[in-house]
Amino acid sequence: MLDEAWTLSPSVALRPEPFGALAYHFGNRKLTFLKRPELVAVVRGLGEHVDVRSALVAAGVMESQHPAYVAALQGLAKTDMIRPRDEQPS
Amino acid sequence: MTLLHERPSTGSLVQQFEYGLDAPICLTWELTYACNLECAHCLSSSGRRDPRELTTAQCEAVIDELQRMQVFYVNIGGGEPTIRPDFWHLLRYAVDHQVGVKFSTNGVRITPQRARFLASPACQGYVDVQISLDGATAEVNDYVRGRGSYDMALTALQNLKDAGFQDAKVSVVCTRQNIGQLDDFKALADEYGATLRLTRLRPSGRGADVWDELHPLPEQQRILYDWLMAHGDNVLTGDSFFHLAAFGESLPGLNLCGAGRVVCLIDPIGDVYACPFAIHDTFRAGNLLADGGFQEVWQHSELFQDLRRPQTGGACAKCSFFDSCRGGCMAAKFFTGLPLDGPDPECVQGYGEQALASDRTIPAASQDHSKTNPTRNQPVMLQLITKPPTSACAENPLAGFEPKECCS
Repeated sequence: MLDEAWTLSPSVALRPEPFGALAYHFGNRKLTFLKRPELVAVVRGLGEHVDVRSALVAAGVMESQHPAYVAALQGLAKTDMIRPRDEQPS
Repeated sequence: MTLLHERPSTGSLVQQFEYGLDAPICLTWELTYACNLECAHCLSSSGRRDPRELTTAQCEAVIDELQRMQVFYVNIGGGEPTIRPDFWHLLRYAVDHQVGVKFSTNGVRITPQRARFLASPACQGYVDVQISLDGATAEVNDYVRGRGSYDMALTALQNLKDAGFQDAKVSVVCTRQNIGQLDDFKALADEYGATLRLTRLRPSGRGADVWDELHPLPEQQRILYDWLMAHGDNVLTGDSFFHLAAFGESLPGLNLCGAGRVVCLIDPIGDVYACPFAIHDTFRAGNLLADGGFQEVWQHSELFQDLRRPQTGGACAKCSFFDSCRGGCMAAKFFTGLPLDGPDPECVQGYGEQALASDRTIPAASQDHSKTNPTRNQPVMLQLITKPPTSACAENPLAGFEPKECCS
């Protein structure tokens, strides 16, 4: 996943909360909680970075923590909160 | 938002929820106190419209504010919300402003035409319909909801099914009389392609008058718990039964009293209460017209700040099950006159019964919109004759009574 391009689903809204954010999917009506501000920054930044790794780096996530973040992102992918991006940004 | 109490930067989601959120997750909005029915256990003592109820423009302003706060959906109830003439307008207004709607109804206005509207693209699949039914048979249902209400609910479900509406909800308040019908409710919901939703009978509103008669007996609580453990994934509960968690394994859900933390209620006149089961001055945080809007009340009212303080378990803290049930439901305690930091009246470890047996004063209601004169829909709960008279002319109240023990 680290080398793939991902983005926030167009039907998802992020609501900031003191502990992170609440993600709501208007299509499947799933509600998910992002429990860390860093994860929120990563999710918000996914669409603007060439791959997941650079989104993690940009959000200041240390490399040792990458696997944990990838696991969290895979969880979000299961409910279509984030999805793979087809086209690579130029 | 200003927090008076230091929120931990880590910890479980439930711990985070105890400190409150910037906007509620589960917001109930009762649009009117008017109702065509007079259910014996009505939480909001509904019946008559309140002349101060929010106007259409004021309701639209509330929806605008919910959109700004990113409250993604709202549970609309009443009274009977669909008898407000602007109900269908407000429904569309909400959906068009990214505020999804789940509304509760007794089915009175769910005609074939309205059912087709609900199933149409105009609602963007962003509307949920919840039909209230408190018995799987007309006999059990109509006893508390009034004559004809069973047929009305089933007609609404049929209309929704015929219109192709997906996944309606059948919402049941669990009582002493219908715990034995859980399988029948499930079968009934399945028949209409609907999802079953079970909730707890609260002693709130007129529910206080009938709670002693209708709340499930201790052995029925066990039956309910076992049934939920077996069917939990296919049945909704609105996190209603977290007091049952003290039986052992927790039921799916947060198992937390969300009052004022993640849950609240807006009533028809714009009063904001800590939860839909706590319509009483004690739990009134403010009014969205008088106190600067909903966001202001939600984030800054003194009552809600207070509910977001870490709670002590009081008498319950010593109990080994405190971590699972967290002392149960605040509203259930309040309206049965029990201390808020003690056990739930239906505590499955038996502490509730002890508490109910001790000195307590049931608080007086602070609002009542019940109809002043009963109508033909009023349920008739007093049924004096429970067995045939001994003879046609036996007038004596003790006729047929034969004392078993006599001091002769």
